[in-house]
Amino acid sequence: MAQATAKAPTHNEALFEYLLRMGDNSLVLGHRISEWCGIAPALEEDIALSNTALDLIGQTQMWLGLAGKVEGAGRSADDLAFLRDAWDFRNLLLLERPNGDFGQTMMRQFLFDAYQMLNLEALKTSSDQRIADIAAKAHKEASYHLERSRITVIALGDGTTESRTRMQAALDAHWPYIGEMFAADAVDIAMTHAGIAPDPASLRPAWDGIVLPALHEATLRVPDGDFAHRGGKDGVRHTEHLGHMLTTMQWMQRAYPGATW
Amino acid sequence: MSSSTPEAPSRSGEWPLWEVFVRGQHGLSHRHVGSLHAPDAEKAILNARDVYTRRNEGVSIWVVEAHRIAASAPDDKGPMYEPSNSKVYRHPTFFDIPDDVRAM
Repeated sequence: MAQATAKAPTHNEALFEYLLRMGDNSLVLGHRISEWCGIAPALEEDIALSNTALDLIGQTQMWLGLAGKVEGAGRSADDLAFLRDAWDFRNLLLLERPNGDFGQTMMRQFLFDAYQMLNLEALKTSSDQRIADIAAKAHKEASYHLERSRITVIALGDGTTESRTRMQAALDAHWPYIGEMFAADAVDIAMTHAGIAPDPASLRPAWDGIVLPALHEATLRVPDGDFAHRGGKDGVRHTEHLGHMLTTMQWMQRAYPGATW
Repeated sequence: MSSSTPEAPSRSGEWPLWEVFVRGQHGLSHRHVGSLHAPDAEKAILNARDVYTRRNEGVSIWVVEAHRIAASAPDDKGPMYEPSNSKVYRHPTFFDIPDDVRAM
């Protein structure tokens, strides 16, 4: 978090930041996969991806709605989603990257679903009851998303020569963005100390336990090295792609402020 | 009666067709709701979940590859079904049901 170098965040500031991270993760990924609506490789996959996108947008409403309450400045979930610029977003860099081909989309989904399912599982016992309630609902959805993306990654990895090549390329491309999920900063430390959220690093062994066997079954090679891009969840260094995505996502509210139907 | 079990579709690259049966919230039996394509049974069930149960329609899903279903032939309609037309006594419609008996 940028201002952490100047002074440690107050509890409320840290909680607000944390809720933005949860909300922005589901918002940005939800919007990304909604881009497949109507053009997925098979009708069944198209419907399933749209369902997943809707689940994620539903979770966004809960996280950002609570974030707005915690902030206490009168901003609604819609205000936070549609009226912030790229540097105010707190999502993981992994999630704002373009969809690429279907394999790249499903690989990103799998890598995130495993993390998200574990994170939500831990959040179900959050000391903040509002967070525990949201997590209890979202965890069921995340578990299904994970089952689906895991099976798809295995099928495509252990598939044809072409599908395997594409899945290996997808894994190689996403791997440098994995580390950000497990890196703790001042916000995470404050949340962990307050018993609100798990230490992100503590999720890694269980994540490995889900992801590595699946990649093995998919006949994919886990990339060497643990270099990790940073800057998404603290908003310091988003990729160029987020701004382009927001241009599309926020267009309506920017062009017709306050429009309703 | 001649049952027919056609060969699986052989168009390369096409996923096989699956027939989907869903049991509703209120118990009873599985009902045929439609069909979809999927590469295997596991994925067919997931696809069925997303295509046919997203509005809370079901508590259980069956899928079966369409070509595994043995069906009666339309040409056999006469011998198969018409003999029962003249046997109205097979319908339990000749009994007076007491008012107290429900759900008949």
